[in-house]
Amino acid sequence: MSHTHDVLFKTLADPTRRALFERLCREGEKTVGALTARAGVSQPVVSKHLAVLKRAGMVCDRHEGRQTHYSAQRGALAPLVDWTSQMASFWETRFDHLEDLLKRMDQ
Amino acid sequence: MNEISTERLSVVVERELAFPPEKIWRALTQPHLIEEWLMKSDFKPVVDYNFKLSAEWGSVDCKVLEVEPNKTLCYTWDAHGLESVVTWRLAPTSTGTHLRVEQSGFRPDQQQAYQGATYGWPKFFANLEQVLARID
Repeated sequence: MSHTHDVLFKTLADPTRRALFERLCREGEKTVGALTARAGVSQPVVSKHLAVLKRAGMVCDRHEGRQTHYSAQRGALAPLVDWTSQMASFWETRFDHLEDLLKRMDQ
Repeated sequence: MNEISTERLSVVVERELAFPPEKIWRALTQPHLIEEWLMKSDFKPVVDYNFKLSAEWGSVDCKVLEVEPNKTLCYTWDAHGLESVVTWRLAPTSTGTHLRVEQSGFRPDQQQAYQGATYGWPKFFANLEQVLARID
């Protein structure tokens, strides 16, 4: 496994950190406060995890007044994602549904 | 080293179906049937017609490029920054139809937007869980 893979896996190995990253991916940019409200851990712990994610290049931060906004850098995961097999499985599933439909249709 | 960033790629899926091309064509082009196997849509088999495919995760903007009844159907497939083209080809066989779909046009910088915005992340995270369970 490459160094890049090692860093990504180690960074995501912690469940709390992974949940923070996943939430930023799904919901977009968030402040530390907003992330803490639903993280189940204290703000210093959230900040510590965000710092690790930032070092790994998986999030970036933006300062606005007293608030720091974090957003996911989805591109960081590109080395792990095999898109061709995912799209192929998408169409395979649709073909299954199509075949089921054809069986139900009138000639 | 970075030449790959402009590469255009494609996915091809093919299947032998025990149904005539005319019947498959209906399933590919009639909105109430498209909805049953692909997504909700307002499709019309008219070149240059713009339509949408929609699902719970969002929608795909499409434009019809080519219509050759019972043989070829081609439309653009744009979603969340992804710009691609989907081409269906139907070829009659002795037992039914050889159906082929090709989706092409992804560039690497578009794959991420597409996968992040659609179904890729839940699946990715599920895969990741499995990988993580195997390593220390």
